[in-house]
Amino acid sequence: MSSAVQPATETFLALKFDSGEILPRFDNANNWQERYRQIMLLGKTLPKLEDEFRVEQAQVRGCESNAWLYHSEIDGKHYYLADSDARIVKGLVALLLTACHGKSADEIAAFDIEAYFDRLGLTGQLSPSRTNGLFALAKAIKTSV
Amino acid sequence: MDFPQLRAQFPTLEQTLEGYPLCYLDTAATSQKPKCVIDAMTQYYHKDNANVHRAAHQLSSRATSQYEAVREQLKGFIKASRREEIIFTHGTTESINMVAHGLINQTKSGDIILIDTAAHHANIVPWQELAKRSGAIIKPIPLTEDCQLDEQAYEALLEQKPAIVALCHVSNALGTLNPVNHLVAKAKAAGAITLVDGAQAIAHLEIDVQAIDCDFYVFSGHKMYGPTGIGVLYGRFDILDKLEPMMTGGEMIKTVSFDATEFNILPNRLEAGTPPIAEVIGLGAAIEFIQNLPKAETAQREQELLTYLQTQLANLGDIKLYGAHENNIGAVAFNLADEHHQDVGILLDQQGIAVRCGHHCAMPLMQSLAIKGCCRASIGVYTSKEDIDRFIEALTSVKEMLLE
Repeated sequence: MSSAVQPATETFLALKFDSGEILPRFDNANNWQERYRQIMLLGKTLPKLEDEFRVEQAQVRGCESNAWLYHSEIDGKHYYLADSDARIVKGLVALLLTACHGKSADEIAAFDIEAYFDRLGLTGQLSPSRTNGLFALAKAIKTSV
Repeated sequence: MDFPQLRAQFPTLEQTLEGYPLCYLDTAATSQKPKCVIDAMTQYYHKDNANVHRAAHQLSSRATSQYEAVREQLKGFIKASRREEIIFTHGTTESINMVAHGLINQTKSGDIILIDTAAHHANIVPWQELAKRSGAIIKPIPLTEDCQLDEQAYEALLEQKPAIVALCHVSNALGTLNPVNHLVAKAKAAGAITLVDGAQAIAHLEIDVQAIDCDFYVFSGHKMYGPTGIGVLYGRFDILDKLEPMMTGGEMIKTVSFDATEFNILPNRLEAGTPPIAEVIGLGAAIEFIQNLPKAETAQREQELLTYLQTQLANLGDIKLYGAHENNIGAVAFNLADEHHQDVGILLDQQGIAVRCGHHCAMPLMQSLAIKGCCRASIGVYTSKEDIDRFIEALTSVKEMLLE
């Protein structure tokens, strides 16, 4: 995340997630098909990063797909922008951001990512051996604060 | 042949994933192992565990004779002319590295090394390293539009008198079969040293290294129902004998003093250190397993399954197939419309379907196809028509989810 280019502060602040609205969708999903549908729908709500920001320095390693992550600290809160060229990864990233975007360093440090994904019925997606890169993304978010 | 009985020899296939029975279509990455292979390795560790070639005791003698018996088996399996032409390595990658490293003193600045564009990284990078150290020049052999080696372009490149020609027998990513016999003949006529990567061919085709007439032929145990960590480097004796050893120490020496060291003769000269003994023994069991299969029937069955797989994929619609499909062995590469291969892979995995999704360690090939990657379904002797049907059914649901 030590990129030469950095999106404007307003772009970070413009991104909002309503966890109270998003998370119940996963609680109500009673099979994997529905869960993955929700993941992909959520991914679609995450704005596409402009080409100028889809650069190597912002890329998160360990993804079979391309994934980019930007971080900005504004008034003591941590904000993120992320994108991927694969739909499920993009949705999983959006789920991560739902929990971390706009939070304080303490909140992010205390956030139990594994428990979060387990609760959403997505156990196994967050593992260093998976090529979806979610583990690397989660780690990048944790170490950004 | 009793197919259910054959399939029942593979314990890993009897499991469920996410509530679905496992459908393993990733044999080209690594094959599943039959009980006889697992048992042979267990037996060695239970009863015969000792180092080879050195101790005077009975255990070592048993281990050594089993180890050397597999070399003899391999000689027959690939029709080498003598046992010294069989070198045990850790796999295809190590075999190619040994050759590329070993040719350093025979390679000079400006020498041309021709590499198959369809090659996987293991048959590219070692040659690049040799080129870096020797000043040789790497030239890729282009592919035709249907992903076959472009023979016209190949012949034009051979006019430049390359020193080394590295080919694949069957493409790792696409499953395309190269007509290696006449490709090697042409390379030899041009005066090149030839290496054929047989990693994807060895489980499906009968290999006769003397008929191919290549200088080197390499493959891995784990893609032919054997263990991981074991591979073979076949080399024609006279040229193998000239290779500089990549590794030194252990059984590869004859005499050592602090003034000088004299190396052992083949095959020991190229097998430094303690070899993977249990894996060699497991490989022996795998060879026996393959040799006990009814060859014609198995080959026909696999070809019919592959054709069925291709037809079913094409019928599904919105599928892009890569490669030449009248000339494929063991694997089919595809993408679903413009969807990312990883999305397809994740959604198939949710249904217990194991396929490979990625660049297949063949990035230059992906670049030449102008894609980021693709999915590859590959089959083995244990693959059933039901596996293919389940895969197509799962892919249909993936298509609905992604393209809806």
